[in-house]
Amino acid sequence: MIETRGLRKSFRSRAGRETKTVDAVRGVDLDVAKGEIFGFLGPNGAGKTTTLRMLATLIEPDGGEATIAGADLRKDPAEVRRRIGYVPQGGSTWDESTAREELVLHARMYGISKADAQRRAARALDAFQLTEYADRTCKTYSGGQRRRVEIALGIIHEPKIVFLDEPTTGLDPQSRAHMWDEIRRLRADGMTVFITTHYLDEADALCDRIAIMDNGEVVAEGTPTELKREISGDVVLVGLDLAATPQAAQTLDGEPYVNKLETVDEGGLRLYVDEGATAIPQVLRRLDHAGLELRSIELHRPSLDDVFLTKTGRSLRES
Amino acid sequence: MKFARDTWLIFQRQTQLLLRNPVWVFVGVFQPVMYLLLFAPLLKPALNAPTQAAAYKIFVPGLLVLLAIFGGLFQGFGLIAELRAGVIERSRVTPISRLALLLGRSLRDVVSLMVQAVIITLLALIFDLRVFIGDLLLAYLMLALIALMTSAVSYGVALKVKSEDALAPLMNTVAQPVLLLSGILLPLTFAPGWLQGIANWNPFSWAVDGTRALFAGDLGSDKVWQGLSITAVLAALGVYWAARQFARSVR
Ligand SMILES: Nc1ncnc2c1ncn2[C@@H]1O[C@H](COP(=O)(O)OP(=O)(O)OP(=O)(O)O)[C@@H](O)[C@H]1O
Ligand SMILES: [Mg+2]
Repeated sequence: MIETRGLRKSFRSRAGRETKTVDAVRGVDLDVAKGEIFGFLGPNGAGKTTTLRMLATLIEPDGGEATIAGADLRKDPAEVRRRIGYVPQGGSTWDESTAREELVLHARMYGISKADAQRRAARALDAFQLTEYADRTCKTYSGGQRRRVEIALGIIHEPKIVFLDEPTTGLDPQSRAHMWDEIRRLRADGMTVFITTHYLDEADALCDRIAIMDNGEVVAEGTPTELKREISGDVVLVGLDLAATPQAAQTLDGEPYVNKLETVDEGGLRLYVDEGATAIPQVLRRLDHAGLELRSIELHRPSLDDVFLTKTGRSLRES
Repeated sequence: MKFARDTWLIFQRQTQLLLRNPVWVFVGVFQPVMYLLLFAPLLKPALNAPTQAAAYKIFVPGLLVLLAIFGGLFQGFGLIAELRAGVIERSRVTPISRLALLLGRSLRDVVSLMVQAVIITLLALIFDLRVFIGDLLLAYLMLALIALMTSAVSYGVALKVKSEDALAPLMNTVAQPVLLLSGILLPLTFAPGWLQGIANWNPFSWAVDGTRALFAGDLGSDKVWQGLSITAVLAALGVYWAARQFARSVR
């Protein structure tokens, strides 16, 4: 559905007398399949928005190619526009008009007739639970209501692909969960959804596939499960008294399912295993056998943050 | 066909938003009326006009051109607000004609200027101004072309500078010499030769002269076709340039 090769963009900005060049996007290759929720995960300034703006025909790439829903981004941007929807990061509604007016206008900008636009607006308001506020001006909406209007605007013309730039930033947990449901509903309707996010849990729970972006480059791509499996297995944290730790280490070292074993300074062990769920009962049995009392046991599955950490040497939480 | 429809769509939207703001409508009507009522009475002695009506024949066209210039030049501020709200970006991802994005807005400005012009003309009639209707319509055409050009240029510049802080001084710097060197408020008949020489290079000066000639009922005067041609060419250039700004990437 989306195929990009070597997409590049740099910005020149003037600070005083010097001109600095920022390589915002440095050669991005992506393949997004039809009907999937594709996530773009990365810290602030990674180049997510710049990539999206290029794909949405808003800025011209410096280099590279892209085909979007069968249309060539460079040769036929007008056709790309007809086939996509785009919801910008910073909002797109006008304070003084109402959600209904915005939806009707936006549909008509796609060449849809007035009567049809009104029907679509009513349907979208209903689907996004906005009917109650539909005829109030946008400045009176809460952040979450406004975000829903913006998403509704992005899909009012039933595009094949919709780009959502940080759809859930600034929403409370409940509104976020609602937004996730709405995004899944778009997928169920057969739409391809391309979202950006810097929330790990969002990329993990919502996206079918993700690309991790850092510093203008895609550093990893795959399903969340694949990516996590790629870096390591699970970690089992065994809580022990300091006195019992050396003996426990001796007991478990060399067990076939333990890939690596580390002792924790305050007492306890960190076991690297392939499959935590099957390792835990064996660890319990083994320690019990040796007459060692354990205080706690904990399974730690690798997160996307661990993936980011291995690929970039930084934690996404810190950056 | 698509282009006309797109333009109409934007025009409708912009007009609707303008009408929703009663302050705007009030100011737009109130301001010129003040000029007419409070400034014009000073003119008869100043212009050495034989009657009040003769003074109005000189002053009213100037006032109308002034409104057309200023009404247009400061429209860019509204566009910067739209830019900031993301409305322009949202429009630019749709296949809507880029020229329509500009023209729909500029035509709204032209129409609102026309409303102002009609109100002023009607008021001036009370003060014994008499203009032949055909001449008046041609004068309105001139005003429309001026407003179309200044508003288009203002939108284009707004898209380029993207900030009110840059737009305000820029527009003031342009407006001031244009105003002083066009004989808008007082004709340049009494100006020294060098000043008239400079004014000859000011297209608005030609526009004002043409409009005055029309108000004087002097349809055959060369100033009429000269003023109309100059404003028409400039309006076309302004629209072309500004539409390109809409087509190019914003931000
Ligand atoms: N118009 C511009 N002029 C100059 N630099 C720009 C411009 N737009 C983006 N940049 C720079 O390009 C880089 C990438 O920005 P981009 O907005 O794509 O990041 P992002 O991944 O969307 O970040 P965020 O999560 O904060 O939205 C940043 O360093 C940014 O400062
Ligand atoms: Mg961004």
